[in-house]
Amino acid sequence: MTARSQRGRLPLVALATLGVALVGLPLVALLLRVDWPGLPARLASPLVWPAVRLSLVTTAVTTLLAVVLGTPLAWLLARSRSRWAGWVRAVVTVPLVLPPVVGGVALLMAYGRNGIVGMPVAHLFGLSVPFTPVAVVVAQTFVSLPFYVVAVEGAMRSVDGRYDQVAATLGAGPLRVFTRVAVPLAWPGIAAGAALAWARALGEFGATITFAGNFTGTTQTAPLAVYVALDSDPEVALALSVVLLVVCVAVLGLLRGRWLR
Amino acid sequence: MMVSGCGIRGGSDGSGAPTPAPGDRTTVTVLVAASAVAPVQQLATAFEASHPTVSVRISGGSSTTLVAQVAAGAPADLVVTAGDAALAGLPPAARARPTVVVATNILEIATPPTNPAAIAGLADLASPSVKVVACVSSAPCGSAADAALAKAGVTAHFVSRELDARATLAKVRLGEVDAAIVYRSDVVGSGGAVHGMPIASEHNVTLAYPLVRLSDSPEATAFAAALSGVDARSVWAAAGFGMP
Repeated sequence: MTARSQRGRLPLVALATLGVALVGLPLVALLLRVDWPGLPARLASPLVWPAVRLSLVTTAVTTLLAVVLGTPLAWLLARSRSRWAGWVRAVVTVPLVLPPVVGGVALLMAYGRNGIVGMPVAHLFGLSVPFTPVAVVVAQTFVSLPFYVVAVEGAMRSVDGRYDQVAATLGAGPLRVFTRVAVPLAWPGIAAGAALAWARALGEFGATITFAGNFTGTTQTAPLAVYVALDSDPEVALALSVVLLVVCVAVLGLLRGRWLR
Repeated sequence: MMVSGCGIRGGSDGSGAPTPAPGDRTTVTVLVAASAVAPVQQLATAFEASHPTVSVRISGGSSTTLVAQVAAGAPADLVVTAGDAALAGLPPAARARPTVVVATNILEIATPPTNPAAIAGLADLASPSVKVVACVSSAPCGSAADAALAKAGVTAHFVSRELDARATLAKVRLGEVDAAIVYRSDVVGSGGAVHGMPIASEHNVTLAYPLVRLSDSPEATAFAAALSGVDARSVWAAAGFGMP
């Protein structure tokens, strides 16, 4: 590379460095600030394990839901030329830009005790969603499904449509084309989407606290526990934050090595 | 009609500010616990009307935040906190300043206006079919609720411990829960959106609102007197507070 083009790149490198610093420094600061020798004792706090366990279980269910509901949706959106597809895509991606607390309020209006779905369900079956682990999963799915659908739709689009036609010509029905052609070919995108959806679910705070509440063992996920501990025991909050950070980086790093490019 | 500046001018340093020039105003800066902002604001408006040369600037926040602001050197003349626990965070010089309790607050049970679970007292909150919320235990409103339940020997059927009084009350207003344990001033402040149920005095917990006067300026002293004076009683009472 010539010296001239090297110099020309400097402003870009400077801006990019600033961007990396803005994101990276707080993460480094978190790691520097933690009392590492005291970490195991902090993590033994009764606040930590119920929250971590709840987060692991609910995010696993959420990711599964995102894959089961989101994959067919992404496939239909990728292959549809109808203008309805545009509307559906717009609706499904709204939670990407919606403040999570607003999402939580919207969930209450729909599935809350006085919600348009929640009220009849409560009357007919005596079931109530808010303040249960189910509500945690619903809140997490609400915010993370869009990430999954956007990622997988992109992957499905990049699968050559002629494969479907060939499969269809050979007598495969739409369901078989989906499971035998589209899903295997879009597999890297599905893995990437699932990882994104899982990470978003793990970090979910606003919709969860609004819709599911905050109760140890039932609805207090790890991010909620961090926030509560920040008031009562900041060292526990820091320790749990580091655990979340390490788990996220490990899982995303692992997936990146395997599937994400 | 006098036009005030932005209210960040001096006169609040407590060093015997000079008599303000005509058209000039002295600012009294008051840090107030969020739950007491409304009555203090009302008293400040009345005070400004009777003291045309004084402008009262009010900043609300959680008591621990306010105390941290004072410790960090924020220019404040008066501090009003909810409970005296937060005062421990004040620097020694501030802790030695004159302190007087200006108001008290007690707990109530807040229910939706229709009281769907027919709650009549703390004992009813133990039923598994009743959904109860309160603040998280690390917040003053939450530890007070725990203390009241402990006195009554009741294990409430909590479905959530909310992060602050506002969020706790919101769950009742939305009808998502049957009852919440909150301060009486929160119930009164909701303007009828929730129904307040008294808690027996032997189980109740009283929260004092101490006022610390950090400045000796005549304006700050005068407003501090106005907050705890006889004329203030009706304002505090209308906002749901008691008097010491």
